[in-house]
Amino acid sequence: MKKIVLIFVLLCLPFLAGGCGSDDRAELTVYNWGDYMDPEVIAQFEEEYNCRVNYETFTSNEDMYVKVKNSSDTYDVLVPSDYMIERLIQEEMLRPITKDNIPNLANIDASAQNLAFDPGNQYSVPYFYGVLGIVYNTAQVTDPVDSWNLLWNDKYASKILMYDSIRDSMGVSLKRLGFSMNETSEANINAARDALIAQKPLVMAYVTDNVKSLMASGDAAMAVVYSGDAAIIMSETDSLDFAVPKEGSNAFYDNFVIPKNAKNPELAEQFINFMLTPEIAAKNIEYVGYSSPNAPALALLDASWSENAGFNISKEDLARSEIFKDLPNDVMEIYNRAWTEINVSK
Amino acid sequence: MKSFKEYIAYPYGLWMLIFIAVPLLVVIWFSFLSNPDFKAGIYTFTLENYQQFMDPVYLELLYRSFLYAVIATLICFLIAYPLGNLIVSLPGHRQNMMIVLMIIPMWVNFLLRTYAWMVLLSGSGLISQFFRLLGFRDVSLLYTQSAVILGMVYNFFPYMLLPIYTSLKKIDPDLLRAATDLGANHFQMFLKIKIPLSLPGIVSGCMMVFMPAVSTFVISNLLGGGKYMLIGNLIEQQFLTLNNWNFGSAISMVLMTIIFLVLGIARLITGKELDTGGQLL
Repeated sequence: MKKIVLIFVLLCLPFLAGGCGSDDRAELTVYNWGDYMDPEVIAQFEEEYNCRVNYETFTSNEDMYVKVKNSSDTYDVLVPSDYMIERLIQEEMLRPITKDNIPNLANIDASAQNLAFDPGNQYSVPYFYGVLGIVYNTAQVTDPVDSWNLLWNDKYASKILMYDSIRDSMGVSLKRLGFSMNETSEANINAARDALIAQKPLVMAYVTDNVKSLMASGDAAMAVVYSGDAAIIMSETDSLDFAVPKEGSNAFYDNFVIPKNAKNPELAEQFINFMLTPEIAAKNIEYVGYSSPNAPALALLDASWSENAGFNISKEDLARSEIFKDLPNDVMEIYNRAWTEINVSK
Repeated sequence: MKSFKEYIAYPYGLWMLIFIAVPLLVVIWFSFLSNPDFKAGIYTFTLENYQQFMDPVYLELLYRSFLYAVIATLICFLIAYPLGNLIVSLPGHRQNMMIVLMIIPMWVNFLLRTYAWMVLLSGSGLISQFFRLLGFRDVSLLYTQSAVILGMVYNFFPYMLLPIYTSLKKIDPDLLRAATDLGANHFQMFLKIKIPLSLPGIVSGCMMVFMPAVSTFVISNLLGGGKYMLIGNLIEQQFLTLNNWNFGSAISMVLMTIIFLVLGIARLITGKELDTGGQLL
């Protein structure tokens, strides 16, 4: 009997030790997109600030919103996109940023600041931005890649990958028809829906994270992707290129925000400031591939980055693109229904 | 005084209550609410979630899910029944080995097995390469309806085989011999003796395949490439992406009710024979 007790105690010891070790360090809970921060950088922050970072990831703004809104977990730093930041501000879920605590804000280019979703950047600090476009295989695609119409070209039947996300796929269809990405008219949304239903027989699949392998293997000829994902795919595979169609597209800005109920807002601001230092930002760029508004970090990058069409987005492409707005619930219901009908159609 | 046996059932009862009954009641409750605001304590009862489901779009989705699940169940049955007969006819130790071989793939994680199929079926995968060697051009197997059904058949096949095997094993060989003795030919023996006696196994096998197949969302997502939405995907989407838990709960309730109806019908088919073994319900 004594032996059993001894073994039991011995088995429990590591847990006790682990518990003590982590308790005296401050804790920071970060909720970010998957593959959106170099793990080394997080380890470096933990070391320099003697804290522990709980790092969790999400795959869409909507998933993040549902979790933050309904879960009992609290987060210290979130990285939502523009329209979601707008919604979080409206629902009074965010805490204003104390700019004095983030001196590295000086590194951020003015073009990424003071945007419509957060005037004066009261609540958010820019991290990455990008544009939705088409990544294509130069060996398979012979037509010029300058229009969304290419995705409706039956020459490429079963070689086209769409993006499995309501706002993005609907946005492509809306833009192709000359409407806004933030369309609110039911007739126009339904027209975009009908176009996507007509396109469905040509589509190989609606994907999110599987794009990379399907493009690299040559199974797919083109895919609707965001610029940074294209940049990473192109850096690993030759004969791929990226273009933003002339009809315009969606531009997004992913910013750091601090929720109102954050447990450790001071550490959160230190974390954000740390991520804005040029060396750290450069490491994250190399890992993530998205375009960065951090000018001093860009100077540290290898020359090949400036030639990558997915990373180096032209001012014209950005100017032609719209930022998503947070649409009212009754409009979103039209979108949701349209998306379900597209999903159900044959 | 109650016996010891009755007391040790209590933890199980409690477990059922906390993890099955209570969540189910919450889902039922949710399905009758419209945009509840829990913090403000506003709950409006409504039937609109169920009305919303009566839309042709959703009904077609329900029809498609049932169609796929029925096809997958049929294929599973058509493979498992002859295979079950074959295994039963083997000597004892070989039977066990065959059953173990059938179960081993289930030790590998379900997602991993489905991802493996994605690799196998893709345009540059082994199977497509093989077809290309035979002279076929541009075979694309991944992201088709067949791939979704294949995924269902592959993943749920053991649930069909095991009950069929058990019920076939329980048939007394003397009964079969007696039938032949009394002049029944192979076909008659099969139709009048084997099928009726293994019916409980067949029915529970079909249920065990049909139920996960009709509600799956992972297989249709991974192998169908988002092109073949099933009712399970719709429920997932309501909860995770669209944040409409009330409609999601209503769909779950509709699906659950239909499954219960199917189970009831299965019970009618087998009648009292359900007690004779081979059933896993």
